[in-house]
Amino acid sequence: MKKCLVVDDSKVIRKVARHILESLDINVTEACDGRDALTQCEASIPDVVLLDWNMPVMSGMEFLQELSRTKMAARPKVIFCTTENGLGHIKAAVEAGADEYVMKPFDRDTLESKLQIVGII
Amino acid sequence: MSDAAPCTTFTGAMRVLAGLLESRTGQILSENRIWRIETALKPILRANGLTDLEALVSRLLSGIERQLSDDVVNALLNNESSFFRDLQTFEMISRELLPHIQATRPDKVLRVWCAGCSTGQEAYSLAIQFQKNAELWRGWRISILATDISTAAIARAQSGIFSQIDVQRGLAITDLLACFEPVGDDWKINEDLRRMVDFRTDNLLEPKVPGGHYDLILCRNVLLYFSLEMRRKVFDRLAQYSRPGGYLMLGAGETVIGQTDDFLSSREFRGSYERRGGLGEVAEHTIRRAR
Ligand SMILES: C[S@@+](CC[C@H](N)C(=O)[O-])C[C@H]1O[C@@H](n2cnc3c(N)ncnc32)[C@H](O)[C@@H]1O
Repeated sequence: MKKCLVVDDSKVIRKVARHILESLDINVTEACDGRDALTQCEASIPDVVLLDWNMPVMSGMEFLQELSRTKMAARPKVIFCTTENGLGHIKAAVEAGADEYVMKPFDRDTLESKLQIVGII
Repeated sequence: MSDAAPCTTFTGAMRVLAGLLESRTGQILSENRIWRIETALKPILRANGLTDLEALVSRLLSGIERQLSDDVVNALLNNESSFFRDLQTFEMISRELLPHIQATRPDKVLRVWCAGCSTGQEAYSLAIQFQKNAELWRGWRISILATDISTAAIARAQSGIFSQIDVQRGLAITDLLACFEPVGDDWKINEDLRRMVDFRTDNLLEPKVPGGHYDLILCRNVLLYFSLEMRRKVFDRLAQYSRPGGYLMLGAGETVIGQTDDFLSSREFRGSYERRGGLGEVAEHTIRRAR
């Protein structure tokens, strides 16, 4: 079973994402900010990370930068999930190493298609 | 169909409207969609100052209001589509099927037809694939024809403008960045790609598109709600338009089996159907005879 780490400071978003991911037979763990996510990744590398942009303690971008600095056996795929849809934000995310980008709110079809694109399902 | 209540409880107006859709397009509304006719037509009722479906029907019956009946048909059609819908199908087409077709066309002409293309995502997905593999297609004349009965869908397809929700369903972010530019909250496909596709309004029941022989026809998620008789009729047409040995792709879960003898399920290219009379079929006959 593939593993997904959902990183978002909103409990509601995490719940929605969990619901969709579990319906796609994906095992879900949650983190409420980038720091928490990084600690969890160091302990056990997920296959994919669903990453919010704006979070307290450590933002999605900072998480991405830290992730690329951290030595790991494998790098998880990263799907940015955000309310920012400006071209600048998207380019910055891709340049920082995000594999995909989704605007909130998203539905099952959208998330499913993104997981297919990054090769998780 | 098991959902909703028995047909007898549909109002006369609902049945007339469903009948209009079927006679114009071949599409049969499932019961749960018949129940939603009123919701689907609300904007039209409002725009024309009509109180309910009965009023709409009497207006439709009272004279030849082509625009109004076109609007009704457009509103009742299911235009659902997405970029790279059934991703694996597109991967198969671009990695396996197109290279195979390419090898059989010494004249370097490739003709593709998306029949029932809705708002354009399917045809543009193909165009994006061709653009990404431009090296492989250098010197080729590629034409992509895309048709739909819905004038509204074709107008949107031609505009090349898609919402954020449309682009994030199925389109890789790198493709979005490479092929689209933002316009307000929406995204517009780049002009080269837009010009690669020839969009036209056309009815599959009586196609007026340029005849000739297409190498690849996509008719996906269109015939699902046609009666068997109408489906047979459409397959006959598609066969006329297909080159012998050309290919037909249907939606996931759709089949030609039991509906036409002109196409055979392809062994090589999963989910595709080969028009009879091509080299593949001849080879298979020879092998069978040799056994
Ligand atoms: C569900 S969409 C599928 C779009 C696209 N092929 C895909 O798979 O994503 C079906 C389309 O078929 C069109 N359609 C229905 N009846 C048709 C007919 N008789 N002739 C041409 N198009 C038709 C509808 O307008 C609609 O846009």
